[in-house]
Amino acid sequence: MDLIADRGRRVTVEELNTSKLLAHAAEQARERKYEDMLIVDCDAHHYENENFGEILPYMENDVLRQLTMSGRAKGRHSIVPGQVGYQDMGGRVTRYPLRMTEKTEPGKLRDVQLGERWMDAMGVDYSCLFPTGMLNVGLHPQKEMEVELCWAYNRWLTERVLPENHGRFYTQLALPLSDPDASLRQVETFGGCKGVTGFMVTTVRTLPVHDNALMKVYRAIEERGLSLAFHSGPNWGEPVFRGCNRFISVHALGFSFYNILHCTNWVINGMGERFPKLPVIWIESGLAWVPFLMQRLDHEYMMRPSEAPLLKKKPSDYMRDMFYSTQPMEIQDMEALECTFRMINAETQLMYASDYPHWDFDLPSTIYDLPFLSEKAKHNILGGTAARIFKLPPRNEKQKANLIKYGNYTAG
Amino acid sequence: MAEQFVGRLSEFVDGSRQIVKVGKAEIGVFRHEGEFFAYSNYCLHQGGPACEGLIIAKVEEHLREDKTSMGLYFSEKDLNFVCPWHGYEYDMKTGECISDRKLKLKRYEVVQKGDDIYVVA
Repeated sequence: MDLIADRGRRVTVEELNTSKLLAHAAEQARERKYEDMLIVDCDAHHYENENFGEILPYMENDVLRQLTMSGRAKGRHSIVPGQVGYQDMGGRVTRYPLRMTEKTEPGKLRDVQLGERWMDAMGVDYSCLFPTGMLNVGLHPQKEMEVELCWAYNRWLTERVLPENHGRFYTQLALPLSDPDASLRQVETFGGCKGVTGFMVTTVRTLPVHDNALMKVYRAIEERGLSLAFHSGPNWGEPVFRGCNRFISVHALGFSFYNILHCTNWVINGMGERFPKLPVIWIESGLAWVPFLMQRLDHEYMMRPSEAPLLKKKPSDYMRDMFYSTQPMEIQDMEALECTFRMINAETQLMYASDYPHWDFDLPSTIYDLPFLSEKAKHNILGGTAARIFKLPPRNEKQKANLIKYGNYTAG
Repeated sequence: MAEQFVGRLSEFVDGSRQIVKVGKAEIGVFRHEGEFFAYSNYCLHQGGPACEGLIIAKVEEHLREDKTSMGLYFSEKDLNFVCPWHGYEYDMKTGECISDRKLKLKRYEVVQKGDDIYVVA
């Protein structure tokens, strides 16, 4: 197919091949000997909308299932709330327009094959698989549809996808947070499934995450030794962003905005005191917002402790108890980045994420090449900390030795 | 310094490009408005194949004298090539990253011998 640019220029590409596209990433992996260190990508994606034909039959309610499947047959694809967006940058990020040209082998799930291609190229051993469009499920106007879609996706992922890739994909399953009872049922149903390491709040929503009705959900996750992730996203429809005229503005602010909102409520309402053993992970907001929020909340808490009486230490101390994914890591000012790493205790609290195949993905070299990191910090951030939290085993003896060396070997 | 054959002038259509390997170097050779430009194929951002993506005119925003915006336009003179990994854009004629012109792709010399085009690396 031709990628059409301006002024008659055409880039003719026969087909997308992820391995070929990422050949330079594979070079980096070889040069840096990534095979010796366990690398965990705690945020990668697939396009679950391409699999709705398989997912939607798992919906439990006969009427809602018929409604969505009938709509698909007639070409109406608005099952999950969509948004205006230009992730492909007018075709400049070529894997978007070329995506459907990539060939895969019959008999094995396409999403699994594509995932293994990028993981192998980057030198990634394990990836936490998240959906793409479903990250907007919290915007669905029907609570019951949010519940049904999460249920169907979670069944499909645990029954069809995860068993096909020999444990290299793991996941934190989407919660229908608008319905606490349904969320609890999904934790009880899927919490013990192989490859499920926790649950995920899609943060593109404004409901209070500290609502009393949700405490049983968090408790159930904590009791099972699982984790809770907050995965962010942009939303041009959010009233505060309606004044933005460019996607870059909405994207740059939106991912951080929702995690700032929910993290503030989480910290100020003492959730760290209520669930001290629950690992909480803030995903895909970059890192620059974390020192900002630490300073803002600490500053106000010193004057207004009566409004956060559950806290026994400063808000930033609770934030340092939680975990953060690296991507999209703001790397333009190296001194600011080093300060950020210090403020969040990156050596124990930060976990590498690629976000592949989305447009602003980060390779493992974004961490490996940082000039201010110790060897221990590199190993921990690139995979050791995730191996410890998600109980992921090494894939070879050198990885095992490094996990033991840095105190991250728990899956033996 | 080694010379690597890139292609024949008569077959190197204006607006097209070739990717060649010279030792460990990977080089993108472009023909644009009759001239040849050759740059490292490793993006200065994360090492993506900088020369293998879209070739597209630079986007400009035009202002009126009273500073109001007339909107977005494609440039009539400036052409960029774009790294397909993340969208880093490079000026075709200089190899400068248009977001920060202090960043420049390594440039290679292109030599024409009769109908043959070589890159020197």
